[in-house]
Amino acid sequence: MLHRLCSRSLKLRQSRLFTTSVRMLEEQSKPASILPPPRVSPPERMRSLQKRIEEVKDQARLGGGQKRLDKQHEKGKLTARERIEVLLDENSFKEYDMFVEHRCNEFDMDKQVIPGDGVVTGHGTINGRLVFVFSQDFTVFGGSLSETHAQKICKIMDKAMLVGAPVIGINDSGGARIQEGVDSLAGYAEVFQRNVNASGVIPQISLIMGPCAGGAVYSPAMTDFIFMVNHTSYMFVTGPEVLKSVTREDVTSEELGGASTHTATSGVAHRMFENDMEILLETRRLFNFLPLSNQEEPPVTPSSDPRNRSEQSLNHVIPTDPNAPYDMHNVIRPIVDDGDFFEIMPGFAKNIITGYAKMEGKPVAIIANQPCELAGVLDINSSIKAARFVRFANAFNIPIITFVDVPGFLPGTAQEYGGIIRHGAKLLFAYAECTVPKITVITRKAYGGAYDVMSSKHLRGDYNYAWPTAEIAVMGPEGAVKIIKQGIAGETQKDRENSYRNKFATPLMAARRGFIDDVLEPSKTRERICDDLKTLKKKHLENPKKKLSNIPL
Amino acid sequence: MRPQRLLSCPRRILARNIFLNKRICNNRGFNIASQNNQTRMFQTTSQPLAEQEVKKEESHKEGPMFNKILIANRGEITCRVIKTCQRLGIKTVAVYTDADANSKHVRMADEAVYIGPSQVSESYLVADKILEAMKITGAQAVHPGYGFLSENADFARRVVQEGFIFIGPPASAIHAMGDKIESKIIATKAKVNTVPGFNGQVCDAQEAIKIAKDIGYPVMIKASAGGGGKGMRIAWSDEELTEGFRLSQDEALRNFNSNKMLIEKYIETPRHIEIQIICDNLGNMVYLPERECSIQRRNQKVIEESPSTAIDPDTRKAMGIQAIQLAKEVGYTSAGTVEMLIDAKKNFYFLEMNTRLQVEHPVTEYVTGIDLVEQMIRAAAGLPLSIKQEDVTLKGWATECRVYAEDPSKNFAPNVGQLETYVEPSDSHGNVRVDSGIVAGGEISVYYDPMISKLITFGKDRNESINRMIEALDTYQIHGVRHNIPLLRSILDQPVYRKGDISTNYISEHWPQGFKGIQLSEDEHFYLIAAAAVIEMMAARQAHLGHNLQKPSDKVYQVKLDDKEYSVDVSVESHGVVIAEVNNKKTIIMKPKYEVGSTIFKSVMNDKVNVTMQVVKRTTRSIKMTYQGTDFELKVSSPRNAELGKYMPYYAPPDTSKLVMAPMPGAIVSVAVKPGDKVTANQELVVMEAMKMQNVLKAKSDGVVKAVHVKSSDIVSDAQKLIEFE
Repeated sequence: MLHRLCSRSLKLRQSRLFTTSVRMLEEQSKPASILPPPRVSPPERMRSLQKRIEEVKDQARLGGGQKRLDKQHEKGKLTARERIEVLLDENSFKEYDMFVEHRCNEFDMDKQVIPGDGVVTGHGTINGRLVFVFSQDFTVFGGSLSETHAQKICKIMDKAMLVGAPVIGINDSGGARIQEGVDSLAGYAEVFQRNVNASGVIPQISLIMGPCAGGAVYSPAMTDFIFMVNHTSYMFVTGPEVLKSVTREDVTSEELGGASTHTATSGVAHRMFENDMEILLETRRLFNFLPLSNQEEPPVTPSSDPRNRSEQSLNHVIPTDPNAPYDMHNVIRPIVDDGDFFEIMPGFAKNIITGYAKMEGKPVAIIANQPCELAGVLDINSSIKAARFVRFANAFNIPIITFVDVPGFLPGTAQEYGGIIRHGAKLLFAYAECTVPKITVITRKAYGGAYDVMSSKHLRGDYNYAWPTAEIAVMGPEGAVKIIKQGIAGETQKDRENSYRNKFATPLMAARRGFIDDVLEPSKTRERICDDLKTLKKKHLENPKKKLSNIPL
Repeated sequence: MRPQRLLSCPRRILARNIFLNKRICNNRGFNIASQNNQTRMFQTTSQPLAEQEVKKEESHKEGPMFNKILIANRGEITCRVIKTCQRLGIKTVAVYTDADANSKHVRMADEAVYIGPSQVSESYLVADKILEAMKITGAQAVHPGYGFLSENADFARRVVQEGFIFIGPPASAIHAMGDKIESKIIATKAKVNTVPGFNGQVCDAQEAIKIAKDIGYPVMIKASAGGGGKGMRIAWSDEELTEGFRLSQDEALRNFNSNKMLIEKYIETPRHIEIQIICDNLGNMVYLPERECSIQRRNQKVIEESPSTAIDPDTRKAMGIQAIQLAKEVGYTSAGTVEMLIDAKKNFYFLEMNTRLQVEHPVTEYVTGIDLVEQMIRAAAGLPLSIKQEDVTLKGWATECRVYAEDPSKNFAPNVGQLETYVEPSDSHGNVRVDSGIVAGGEISVYYDPMISKLITFGKDRNESINRMIEALDTYQIHGVRHNIPLLRSILDQPVYRKGDISTNYISEHWPQGFKGIQLSEDEHFYLIAAAAVIEMMAARQAHLGHNLQKPSDKVYQVKLDDKEYSVDVSVESHGVVIAEVNNKKTIIMKPKYEVGSTIFKSVMNDKVNVTMQVVKRTTRSIKMTYQGTDFELKVSSPRNAELGKYMPYYAPPDTSKLVMAPMPGAIVSVAVKPGDKVTANQELVVMEAMKMQNVLKAKSDGVVKAVHVKSSDIVSDAQKLIEFE
């Protein structure tokens, strides 16, 4: 069906070209007149050439034909070009390589040629800032990646690196173009290499807005953010059909690699959105938090939110019972500009919150333990989630603000066998190698090794604060008292717990040692952070020269 | 009595936190006194020494007041009493339950005692626990607030027996006035006008019907021990009386532990007017200007004001004198309220006497300038009132709105949940007062009354007071629970209300089919649409990070409201003027006062109308706005995005027509059906109790029961499946 449609539109084009040339021939063969043999005047020639160019462009714009475009709409999806239209500022898109065609002649592929070859590439602006974009067109050969398709993508990636601007890739592709064999695979690898080269230099964002399977998944996998559309996108290395024949596992595409799977279970994707419009508009929103490259500062927007706004609700957000949960979002939102918080990976490892916000119009990266999920412990998933987030912020000059309420690392065989040592180390490593401004606020618990990990003073934290409710200790009173057996004769377990509590379950001991710069009244937290960010504006810190550090992967 | 229970964990933790905060505050020298009362966390040492000394001196002059008072209540009234105590330099003790452990009243008080589980029957209603809490904290007196133990004569008696002081009337007066039958007899004796009716209690529905035939329908069924509209119903026929009697009796039993009922003639189009009195132990008695409490729903007051448009000075005086006669008859002390019904001819009848501080007391405080709680404390301490009858003057007009967490468009069904956003209106001139017991992030719990706050405004006349109320309601930000501001806003806006032409049937007369939300006029509609487009334009300009000249200044937006689409051409002019042209025909010249990201949008429209709206939430595709207390969701996009948006898939929510789900969290009282039963439409399926009200869930259509997922006394959460049909 797909091929038939392609070849028909191809024939259409050929027949149109054919008739023009026939007419010219006919004109030439007319009986001799007094006029010299007819010639095509230069302007006429130009016009006909322009017409041909326009015809090719029109055909490129039509992708796989109107029927397929309609089908895309029926599925609730926008077409490749419409997506770019929504993503970029009005009329800002400059397209490249509309004329590129594949060069495969196996399996009659030479009879099916569509200009553009299944991907729309170019650059444009988002809120006036430069961005490079590619958008795969599912209506052309199922969006499959050919050698030339890959070359088009590589071209904009190279340009983006050259000028220092982000790349946003819209993925909607059936996979490799099988007819091209290893040429297609080579194409993937060319893209992979560029993804890696660009990593940490320019932000790379992948929008999965249709299928993305097999080797294709590894390009998005190496970009900084993967967003998916609920119900209409999926990603997997091996599809359900192969799975069924190989392992007899019977799952749907949605279960195996749908948006909810990857945003909640596997942690492959960073956000899930309800439809094409939402994902594109939200990507625009994210874009305003990110610098164009690692050579630039994050963008500053004018902000009307007063820097010294004191937020009374923070003074009683922490429950009186030290074991009662509370939602850390209620700490973050009142502190940041206009309560606007763009959360990254909200559905995965919910015991840690990561996301972007602005303070006085300047982007900051926020990491916070979430006491209402698993009491806010650090486990394998949350460590990995936060570590990658911290590293991105460090790479792109975004200051890091950490809110700490962590009872420690999650104990148990599942965690130990899963390698919590290795994975927990990632977060520790990420924080420790950071050179961007780091501000830390301990809202309640900071116990054990997790205290060290969460951007402590000892890991070059620039400003470390505690709220009066902070408890900084090796462990909670109940456990500690059982280990420290000594005490005055006649003292009960409760008494000893109390004396421990008075000694350690306060910010005072850490503050006396200077590990905490100040104990803050919670409602004044925003003002203090704004001050500090200003102080740290010119912070310059360099790690020892090395080829690269060896993070425990 | 188990002191261990009272001393269990939470209280200690609180004490520890207070101690710790104190340490840190002292070390850091926070200027604690200047913080407002929400920052209670830091207020432990809040009373500046100098001020405390002044207070001591003052009280010394007039004899000793109290050192410490316990408030045997929760929520806003506890906070309100604490405020006066703080002003008088009296230390306060709060009591709290599991659900209230983190609430505002606990934070405001100097000390707090944990008194058990969230159910009122095991905490706030248990006199023993309150008395024990007084003993361990050394409180000298108890203020009962309203509700709970406030009109429990046994409690008042025991307080005195144990050597404490009850800040309220003597137990004998509470007892005499607490029973509606007895109080009517006493009122008659004191030469106070009373409503025609049956002077005695009624035991069953049969007897009720017989009496109703005697005095004629309509009749009012009331729980003898009741109050607050609970256990109270109106019946117009035998059938209604039978059903109403059963439900009222049930409610009475549940709430007041008494099934005594009484019946009286129901006065049509009456106004509910009440007289506040305040008396000391030395025989001084003062009546204060009346309160008009006619605007009610389900027999519960919603809007109150003082004075009333229906009362002239002569009637006011006549009512006041009768109120004092009654007070003398029962030997009344402290604050109390005599409720009266007034008919169209200004005849007034004694309804009942409330032997406590009323919910709506702030309106009286506003118009008289008297702090009623202070007077109650003075009276309890044996001091004379600081006012005399001739000092009482009317200083202006005050209006009070009770803001409830309930859905007025769904028959006032209570709504529980967390207040995601909560910002109270304020006024720098002191003309707006908010009495609330809740803070942002706080919870409206199933265990207690769903009142969020009382909003009171003052003006030199009625119009000014109402205008201030409208402005205050428009800027009151409550999100997370449904609330009755749309209804309050609608009432205040009606010309009939403005004229003061009101009765207790006001709501049912104006919305016979039930309140269905605010109806915007055509102009208001356009204001809302234009505002949404302008906000979007301002946001787009702010988000634009390119060159200033590239910022959009003229843009067309497609705005969708209630499935209708409008095209709005927004152009930014100089001097802060923005012109919005809706559908190429309606031009609105706006002077918006709005900063992108803030929550209040104010604008002058066409140089004549002042509009205040709230921007609740702005996402990439829509704006949620509150206008006149009502939430509106507007989709705003460029015309092209609107066109492309039509391709977006719609996923139908799961079919729930075959399900009966819990409309709110609560407890199942009874289940009337079992699997296999055939039911007809409107047949009773389940009776649920939530927020102390019984709700009968009826079948929407005929059908056969497939499964019953609950049994009586189960606790269910919101939208939990109760019954499934085949």
